[in-house]
Amino acid sequence: MPGSYSLRARSPDEAITRDVVLGRQAREALPDAVVCVTDATNLNQHLRLLLELRQLGRPLILALNMMDIAQKRGCQISLEALSRHLGIPVVTTVAMRKNGVQDLLSQIDTLLNQPPVTSGATADWVEPTPEAIRAYHREVEQLLREAVVQEGTPERLTRQLDRVLLHPMVGPLILLGLLFLMFQAVFSWAEAPMDWIDGGMASLQALLSEHMADSLLKSLLIDGVIAGVGGVVIFLPQILILFLFILLLEDSGYMTRAAFLMDRLMSMVGLNGRAFIPLLSSFACAIPGIMAARTIAHPLDRLTTILIAPLMTCSARLPVYVLLIAAFIPNTTVWGGIGLQGLVMFGLYATGIVGALVMAGVLRLTLLRGGRQPLLMELPSYKWPNPVNVLLGLLERARIFMRRIGTIILSVLVLLWFLSTFPAPPVGATEPPIYYSLAGLIGRGLEPLLAPIGFNWQIAIALVPGLAAREVAVAALGTVYALSGDEGTVTEALTATLAHDWTLATALALLAWYVFAPQCLATLAAARRETNSWRWPTFMFVYLMVLAYLAAFVTYRVALAMGGG
Amino acid sequence: MNNHSEQERQAFALGQAVGLGFTQPLGQMRRGSAGRVLAVSSEMGGHDIERGLLEMGFVEGARVEVLHHGFLGQDPLAVRINQTMTIALRRCEANAVLVGPLHDSAVEAKPGLTLEYASS
Repeated sequence: MPGSYSLRARSPDEAITRDVVLGRQAREALPDAVVCVTDATNLNQHLRLLLELRQLGRPLILALNMMDIAQKRGCQISLEALSRHLGIPVVTTVAMRKNGVQDLLSQIDTLLNQPPVTSGATADWVEPTPEAIRAYHREVEQLLREAVVQEGTPERLTRQLDRVLLHPMVGPLILLGLLFLMFQAVFSWAEAPMDWIDGGMASLQALLSEHMADSLLKSLLIDGVIAGVGGVVIFLPQILILFLFILLLEDSGYMTRAAFLMDRLMSMVGLNGRAFIPLLSSFACAIPGIMAARTIAHPLDRLTTILIAPLMTCSARLPVYVLLIAAFIPNTTVWGGIGLQGLVMFGLYATGIVGALVMAGVLRLTLLRGGRQPLLMELPSYKWPNPVNVLLGLLERARIFMRRIGTIILSVLVLLWFLSTFPAPPVGATEPPIYYSLAGLIGRGLEPLLAPIGFNWQIAIALVPGLAAREVAVAALGTVYALSGDEGTVTEALTATLAHDWTLATALALLAWYVFAPQCLATLAAARRETNSWRWPTFMFVYLMVLAYLAAFVTYRVALAMGGG
Repeated sequence: MNNHSEQERQAFALGQAVGLGFTQPLGQMRRGSAGRVLAVSSEMGGHDIERGLLEMGFVEGARVEVLHHGFLGQDPLAVRINQTMTIALRRCEANAVLVGPLHDSAVEAKPGLTLEYASS
């Protein structure tokens, strides 16, 4: 497990490493052998963990990773001496190039063929005292005196880069610039591939409507599946670009610098600089963000981070924002070239961030009051991001997104199509068919509840499936309005329909609702998994719902008062 | 072990008596200054912080150098340990580390390496 500094686990991440090594993890047997992978450029620090592991008496192998970099810096380590003094096999590996893996595997084999060493040390392992840690350090020093033939020169590049990137004035500006570039890229780079997807879906629809006889199946395919799925798939490029940036920043080592720069600001609302990383991932999707909160050591810090992660504007909200902004905000420029639409988008993001920070502060002062958690974080050397790692990470994201579309979103859409098609309208109906359907019934049932915040029954229908996944709401609106008798089904036509059908106040209220609303079952499920109880996800759902209703109510009333009706 | 905390207490008392010019808590060091860890105390934040600091390499005898600090309140610090690893920590916790002068034979051997930072 990467990033473990000690068996005395301080974060849930390290706790898992410890429990696996000690055989305490449920469903995992006591490991036959432990391979300790260590950064060869920083033996001084990492050998201490190895000594702690050796204390357990389990079969152990030391793998010196990044040996190539150590050698490039002129560092020479005698593997033979190291192995002799430690009494365990030592191999070198270069994880990025699969070097030495063969060597490692054969060492594991020989180790496993030896008669097992029985030792009760894993059972009665206790946390080392400060004195024991000091003793380990002394032993490491002794060891390195014997084994290191020649010390390498310390790396200079990281230091020189940090002089700029961590500069008290320039550093934060660069961070801000990077974030700006990231969001800029999400919108501008994604335009072309989004147009292709849009075009592809439209021609598919045209193809189907030409060659299929009018039937229920045709309606299901065109109005339900293609209009719905197409409306969601189109956001894949934006999600991938956002994750590309996050993966690059993480892999290069910059992300911990960002945490360093943000620490003081975050500590004002009782958070740790480390919380910046999960919160930044939450801009792509709250689920990896909530999972990334595992690296935060303090339980209260971690819980606060998990609870506010859904307030970061995730990419699933983008479809809704883009649709409504395109429909209601005029595409004009204000103050020298800044687009009004972009400004509103920025405002929505900013509202989410400010809301999250205020909420964190409130939580830390009320429910989650507790001691300040220390920041102790390694700032690793910069390195070129490994293209294979980044690519694998991106593919994983794409796979998760497409699977969501294939499962949750698709089934919700088919269900919605069914609900909004049956029962058929009575003869001589004056309203569009959907008005008489089951979905219309549900929507009209919810209408009194949502009328104070300006939502009509069409929105009410879209909000219900939107609970499963936010982006479905756009697809659902597409389906609802497609079946309402209007012509177009693709987003562009929907834009015009909405602009005609809704008031500005309603649109703004829906935007405000979307900044806060807990519209994603998967996020709640992730929060349940990470907190191990229904208590906090329930709390999360309720507080977000209340915030969303209040925000939408205030927005609607203010907009009405200002003449947005 | 009692013996050790006694030593530690004395080291802190000594540091305070001698004055900041020679011995000071890591949390009060300026950017660019370097020194050698004299003691890591459990008095400031308890054993948990002491152990955390020790595990990250703030151990008696280690060479530390304050490389960077944040903008607001010059907090947190980025501290280089033994020329191999950089750790970010807040001044508040850094105060549990008492730092003395370098007296490093390596410095005399390679003056260019440290003096340019030590003097700023």
